[in-house]
Amino acid sequence: MSPVFTENFGNASSIHWFGQQAKALIDDARQHVARLIHAEVSEIVFLSGGTEADNFAIRGIAESQKAKGRHIITSRIEHHAVLHTCKDLEKQGCEVTWIPVSRDGVVDPEDIRRAIRPDTILISIMHANNEIGTIQPIAEIGRIAEQADVYFHSDGVQSAGKIAVDVRALKVDLYSISGHKIHGPKGVGALFIKKGTILKPLITGGGHERNRRSGTENVAGIVGLGEAARLAREGLQTEMPRVGALRDRLEQGLKSRIDSIHVNGEKAARLPNTSNIMVDFAEGEGLVISLDLKGVAVSTGSACSSGSMEPSHVLTAIGKTPDEAHGSLRFSLSSLTTEEDVDYVVEVLPGIVSRLRELSPYYKRSG
Amino acid sequence: MPYSEKLLDYFQNPRCVGEIPDATGVAEVSNPVCGDVMKLWVRVHDGKIADAKFKAQGCSAAIATSSYATEMIVGLDVDSARRITREEIAEALGGLPASKVHCSVLASDAIRAALKGV
Repeated sequence: MSPVFTENFGNASSIHWFGQQAKALIDDARQHVARLIHAEVSEIVFLSGGTEADNFAIRGIAESQKAKGRHIITSRIEHHAVLHTCKDLEKQGCEVTWIPVSRDGVVDPEDIRRAIRPDTILISIMHANNEIGTIQPIAEIGRIAEQADVYFHSDGVQSAGKIAVDVRALKVDLYSISGHKIHGPKGVGALFIKKGTILKPLITGGGHERNRRSGTENVAGIVGLGEAARLAREGLQTEMPRVGALRDRLEQGLKSRIDSIHVNGEKAARLPNTSNIMVDFAEGEGLVISLDLKGVAVSTGSACSSGSMEPSHVLTAIGKTPDEAHGSLRFSLSSLTTEEDVDYVVEVLPGIVSRLRELSPYYKRSG
Repeated sequence: MPYSEKLLDYFQNPRCVGEIPDATGVAEVSNPVCGDVMKLWVRVHDGKIADAKFKAQGCSAAIATSSYATEMIVGLDVDSARRITREEIAEALGGLPASKVHCSVLASDAIRAALKGV
């Protein structure tokens, strides 16, 4: 990325030589992103990130399909970028069907089939959940969407680069990707738009990205995303199985050393890098702060960490009570995670949990 | 880290943890939304708080404010303890982020509830 700031600083829309250099860099990056998900290069649009990709897909279809109808189908465990966008469209007169998930955090494709109506214009179901990592049956939903002739968007921010993605096999029309979720830079993402899909642009102007997303390209960000996509594709067969094994080691280690903990979505197919663990009789934010003080960075679905005061909508959707949801921890692993890192967590977390439990008026030591 | 060193110290090394079997007053208060719970035991002798202990399940700010407030009231006369405000507790711990102000409310409410009828 660095040379883009110092040497190849051209505007990719300019016809002079250094503009064309920038354009060539973008073309390369587009190829890497397209290859990662088995798309054509012309089907990849660069934009500011996963949130914009989700907004563009959903609002773009809602606008272009107005004449057909205003009914959207989505799930209760979507990322806020989808959730809040659909809620906003509800306020603007769209009707949204919120599909529930099983206790393991998976959508039943039959629920989607039953929800389809003549005025349904879009189905939006995430490929893998950001909090618990459960993988949704996208290919099956894709078949249902195709049969019903309804546009199908999938938020692939968590899955692209972590599991094999083939947009043709999944039968998606729109697929969102984010740079920083695959070790790329923040502030850049991509939307796969299947050839022939008519989307009304969110951002109009100079007609960049084949009139789909105006605004001078974030060349450095795009180059970084392209390189991240190239490396992620290489690591799919080599790195991700290793990450999955580390995740299993973490879960096994913690379960053998701490009583009353549960792995959310454990029975479902999950991303190799995500582990969401629920600790009874301890509060998530206290666990996060304690781990942070020991050099371990994790997140929680606890309301007390977000300021919103509401427990995670994902954990609520899989049937957890607010009290249970407050004690959840989300571990994210990556190709940079080592066995030592995992073993360190397994070593320090039991002490943290028992310390917090000793403070709890509810915890009674078993045995 | 959104917290002061003093708050983190009270979170990591909480004072006055425990229960008082022969307590004069006991109260359990909770925040139904965020799920934080504080239980407070006080033993009053001659109008003064001779001892106080707490247990809490909640975030780091809830534990620190619970501990600090419990420590604060030991040795105080009952009326002074009742007058302790959430602002005093929060300020003593170097202030709280806006989203954590409710934690100090929990502690001040617990004090008043435990001293009710004492």
